[in-house]
Amino acid sequence: MVSETIIELSDVWKIYELGKITVEAVRGISLKVKKGGFLAVMGPSGSGKSTCMNMVGCLDIPSRGEIHLLGQDIAHMTESELAQIRGKTIGFIFQQFNLIGTLTALENVMLPMAFQNIPLAVRKERAKELLTLVGLGDRVNHHPNELSGGQQQRVAIARSLGNNPQVILADEPTGNVDSATGKIILDYLKKLNQEGKTIVMVTHDLAIANQAKRVVHIYDGKIKEETKNE
Amino acid sequence: MLKDNISYVIKHLKRRKLRSWLTLLGIFIGMAAVVSLISLSEGLEAAIGDQFSSIGADRIMVGSAGAIAGPFSAGLAAAKLTQDDVDVIRKVKGVEFSTGMLSKTTQVIFKKEAAQGFIIGMETDVETTKNIEKVGLWDLGSGRNPKPGAPYEVAIGSTVAENSFDKEVQLRNKIEIMDKEFTVVGIGKGTGTMSDSGIRIPRDTAYDLFEITDEEVSAIVVKTFAGFSAIDVAEDIKHDLRRSRNQKEGEEDFTVETADEVIGSFLQILGVVQALIVGVAAISLVVGGVGISNTMYTAVVERTREIGIMKAIGAKKNTILTIFLFESGFLGITGGAIGAALGFLISKVVEIAAGAALGQDLIRAYVTWQLVAGVLVFSFIFGILAGYFPARKAATMQPVEALRH
Repeated sequence: MVSETIIELSDVWKIYELGKITVEAVRGISLKVKKGGFLAVMGPSGSGKSTCMNMVGCLDIPSRGEIHLLGQDIAHMTESELAQIRGKTIGFIFQQFNLIGTLTALENVMLPMAFQNIPLAVRKERAKELLTLVGLGDRVNHHPNELSGGQQQRVAIARSLGNNPQVILADEPTGNVDSATGKIILDYLKKLNQEGKTIVMVTHDLAIANQAKRVVHIYDGKIKEETKNE
Repeated sequence: MLKDNISYVIKHLKRRKLRSWLTLLGIFIGMAAVVSLISLSEGLEAAIGDQFSSIGADRIMVGSAGAIAGPFSAGLAAAKLTQDDVDVIRKVKGVEFSTGMLSKTTQVIFKKEAAQGFIIGMETDVETTKNIEKVGLWDLGSGRNPKPGAPYEVAIGSTVAENSFDKEVQLRNKIEIMDKEFTVVGIGKGTGTMSDSGIRIPRDTAYDLFEITDEEVSAIVVKTFAGFSAIDVAEDIKHDLRRSRNQKEGEEDFTVETADEVIGSFLQILGVVQALIVGVAAISLVVGGVGISNTMYTAVVERTREIGIMKAIGAKKNTILTIFLFESGFLGITGGAIGAALGFLISKVVEIAAGAALGQDLIRAYVTWQLVAGVLVFSFIFGILAGYFPARKAATMQPVEALRH
C-alpha cells in the first residue's frame, strides 16, 4: 500500500538572530511523514527538535526551505491562514498540558471548536463525548487545578481531537506525568494512530519513542539517525 | 461566539476581582461626576427656562444705551428716550402695546422714616395696567391699582412694603415723595423683577415732581402680539428707532432687549459653567481610561501563555483582538452603568438637600434616557479605545514565543 505523504519538510532551516549572534536551530532537515504514521522525534534539549515540531505545527515558519502540510506550503501563509490550518488539521498536546485555568474541562475541550465557529450545542455534545472517551466523563465541570496531571493531559488529548484533526502533535506528552500515567497517555495515542490519525511525538525518552512506528534522532539541528519499529 | 466571549471575559474578571473593581472604580467615579453634573445643570437649565417662559416671553424692553444697570437705572442715561419713541414703536408691526415709564431714585418718607425709593412713573389707564401685568412686570397682591385721574395714588412693590422701612407699609398708609403725600392703594406680589422694589406713581405726577417737560422716559415696555416672535419684532423696533433717531447700525444710543435674550445670556453663562465642570469630569474619565489601559496591559502580560495556547489551537488574530477588546469594553460599560446609577443618586441627594436648604425646586435632577444611553455607549467605546493597544499587543504575539512564556 502506497500511503500519501501528509507532512513533508524539504531542507528546512531555522535561524535566529539574537543581536550579533546567529543561532542555527534547525540546519537543513528533510523529512516525510506518511498519512497514518506514528513518528517519534528524539534528541537532547537544544537539539532543535522542538523548533522543528513548532514548524510542523504551523506555530512557526522556517527561515529557509519548505514545509508542506497536506500538500500546502506553509512557509508563505499569513498568520490567519496558519491559525486556520492549525485549528482544523492539527491537534496539539503539550508537555505542560496548557489548559486554560479559568475554564472547566468541558470548556477547554470546546474552545478549539469555538474557534472554528461550530455551534454551541454541537460543541458541547462533542466535548462531552471526547471527555468520556478519555475516561473523564464524570469530570466535565472540574477546573484544571482540580485534576491530576494525568487527568489534565487526558483533557488536553480530548481537546486536541475537537476538530477531528488529521495530525496530532505531541510535545513530550508524558514528560510531566508518572510512568504509569505516561503509559495510559501513550496507549491513547497508539489507539488514535490505529484509528487513522497521523501522530508526531517529541520525546527524549527512548522507551516511549520506541512505541512509535518510526523514530528520528536530531542532534545539532540535523537528523542523525532513523530507526523503524514496524 | 459572543456568548463565549462574555462568559470567558467574566471568568477572567472574576479571577482578579480586586483589580477589576479598582479599575471600575476609576471609571465610575468619573462617570458619576459627569452624570450628576450634567443632570443637575440640565435640571437648572430647564428650571430657568420654565421660570422665564411663564413670564415675559412676549416682552421687549427698550432703554438708553448709556444706562449703567439696565433699563430701570434712574437718571443715569446718557441719551434720552421720549414719548416720541414710544409713538414710533407703537407703529411697528407686531407691537400690541407699548408704554414709556420714567424712573427716578429719590427720598421717600414713611412715618417720619426716610429711605431711598425707586420711583416709577407710569400711566395709570386700565390698558397700561393690564398689559404691564401681562408681560409680568406687575402683579397686584392686595388693594387695587391706582385709578386714572387720581394723581396721588401709589402702588408699591412687595419688597418696598416689607423691607424698605422699619414698619411694614400697609394699604391706605400715607407716604411722602418730594414733599407730596401719596396714598398707598395697592401692594404688589413678588414678580422677580425690578418692579418689586418700585413705587409706582402716575407718570404725569412724576413729570410734575421732577420738573420734566419734554416727556422723557427711562424705559419703554413693549408687548408683542401673540404669533409674533419677540426677537423679530425687536429687530424691527431697532430699525425704526434708528431711522427716527437718525442713527447708523451699530451706533445706536438705545438698547432693545427681549426676555429671550436675557435668558439666552443667562443660559450662555450656564453653558460655560457646564462645559467647565464637564471638562473637569472628563479629566477624571481620562484617568479612568488610563486605569483600564493599565489593567489590560497587565492582563495581556499575565495571559501571554494563554494567548499562545489559544493561537496554537486555532484562534486567529482577530479572535484574540475581539476577546481583549470585549474585556476592556466590558470594564468600560460596567463602570459606566455603576457610574450612571451613582451619579443619578448623587444628583437626587443634591436636589433634596438643595430643596431643603433653599426651599425651592430650582435645582432638579434631570436624568434623561438620552443621558443614560449616551453614558453607556460612551463608556463602552471608551473602554474599547483604552484597551485597543493592549489588545493589539496580545493579538500580534507570536504563538511560539507566547507559549514559551
